[in-house]
Amino acid sequence: MTSTFGPVADWATDLDHADPAYNRNAPEIWRTVREGGCPIAHSDRYHGMWVPLTHRYVSEVAYDTEHFTSRGVVVSRGTMDDFPEAPIGGAPPITSDPPFHQHARRILLPPFSPKAIERWEPEIRTLCADLAGGIAAGAGVIDASERYAQHIPVDVIARMLGLPPDDGDLFRKFVHDALEAVDVSQEQRVAFSDELDAYLDDRISEHEAEPADDLISYLLGVELFGERLARAHVRGCVVLLLIAGIDTTWSAIGSSLWHLATHPDDRRRLVAEPDLIPTAVEELLRAYAPVTMARFVAKDHDFHGHRMRAGEWVLLPFPAANRDPEAFERPDDVIIDRAENRHAAFGLGIHRCLGSNLARLELRVAIEEFLARIPEFELADPSGDGVVWSVGQVRGPRTLPLRIH
Amino acid sequence: MRVAVDADKCQGHNRCYALAPELFDVDDYGQAVVVADGAVAPELAEKARLAVANCPEYAISIDTEGS
Repeated sequence: MTSTFGPVADWATDLDHADPAYNRNAPEIWRTVREGGCPIAHSDRYHGMWVPLTHRYVSEVAYDTEHFTSRGVVVSRGTMDDFPEAPIGGAPPITSDPPFHQHARRILLPPFSPKAIERWEPEIRTLCADLAGGIAAGAGVIDASERYAQHIPVDVIARMLGLPPDDGDLFRKFVHDALEAVDVSQEQRVAFSDELDAYLDDRISEHEAEPADDLISYLLGVELFGERLARAHVRGCVVLLLIAGIDTTWSAIGSSLWHLATHPDDRRRLVAEPDLIPTAVEELLRAYAPVTMARFVAKDHDFHGHRMRAGEWVLLPFPAANRDPEAFERPDDVIIDRAENRHAAFGLGIHRCLGSNLARLELRVAIEEFLARIPEFELADPSGDGVVWSVGQVRGPRTLPLRIH
Repeated sequence: MRVAVDADKCQGHNRCYALAPELFDVDDYGQAVVVADGAVAPELAEKARLAVANCPEYAISIDTEGS
């Protein structure tokens, strides 16, 4: 299987993250391209796409909102004109630029602040304990991505937004359409988006008729510049929270379990020293950061000797920045008690992941509850052949067969 | 020894508050602020150093003068 653009000829000059080999081998690809002397990969695919691979260059793009716009954040065959214009963009605030961005962001910051998120811990712990308990009750081989990792963020974000928990399969389809089927035609992308919008419009109308104590009702009641939010703004926020809240954390939990399955010393240490888990979570986030963002080049300019043209895409691989030897000692080693860890898993600059406090909580509790009930496990096929990695800008195992002891 | 948060650089990653809640707090928007005047008791010096070393935005600094 390849991307719809065909096989990748060379990762430095023809990079395509929709090729399944990319996420499967990403750390090796980043290292090889960097060591090849070109820390900024390029591809003619997607109407032109740049991919900086060092912490310094990724940071520079993330901080430069003048030359790079967030009008599009998921690379596709679409061009800049295909995306709703600033200031709102399609899914504010992630698709918004300054100065509107900070206003849209301030609406969503309070419900995702550290202290607001702490309150969710008991519910998340019960959910994880029930799932892990169910797995531990059986034995043999289970798919930890399907049975465990994917359920946690789906269940939590559905409760927070006030969406029907039974629609979990539908949410996973929406997420797959938005983030994995990135190399299909623009017409197909629009059809995906229309389907999601229609579903959410129905749910939002239900909340208008019957407000509840949830984020959709909060968005319907909040004011910006003295007025209620436009329907498109509310829907865009819900799109953001639903799409960004699911397979990102699902991937982080899955990658962490993959690591613990393949590194028994780390796993046994965390079982013996659960107080180390918060520190370990940061290192797992560094080494297996799930999220690569994207920007459009806003105006023609020179970037470290490369002529970037308005309308070209830029992939922002924070996961590659996290493995840059200029920024981290022994970057490809997972040092489970790494105390100094300035990783960029949640991005850098004004678009820092809004859900980072929730993601950290879900990841920590998911690992704690899994290890408490299932201390001994390994890959069902030690060669790793049974593991299927995601495709696109979010990296994590979509199939993770583990043998439970 | 005193810690300080650069409010323009802080993006609310929440690492300082998680690592050293004795020295840092967060507001309703998740922005970090120093507790009281930022003075660091000797037994919290290592936590202060870790907060600096874990901030992705380089928003935290330590002033050793006047300690």
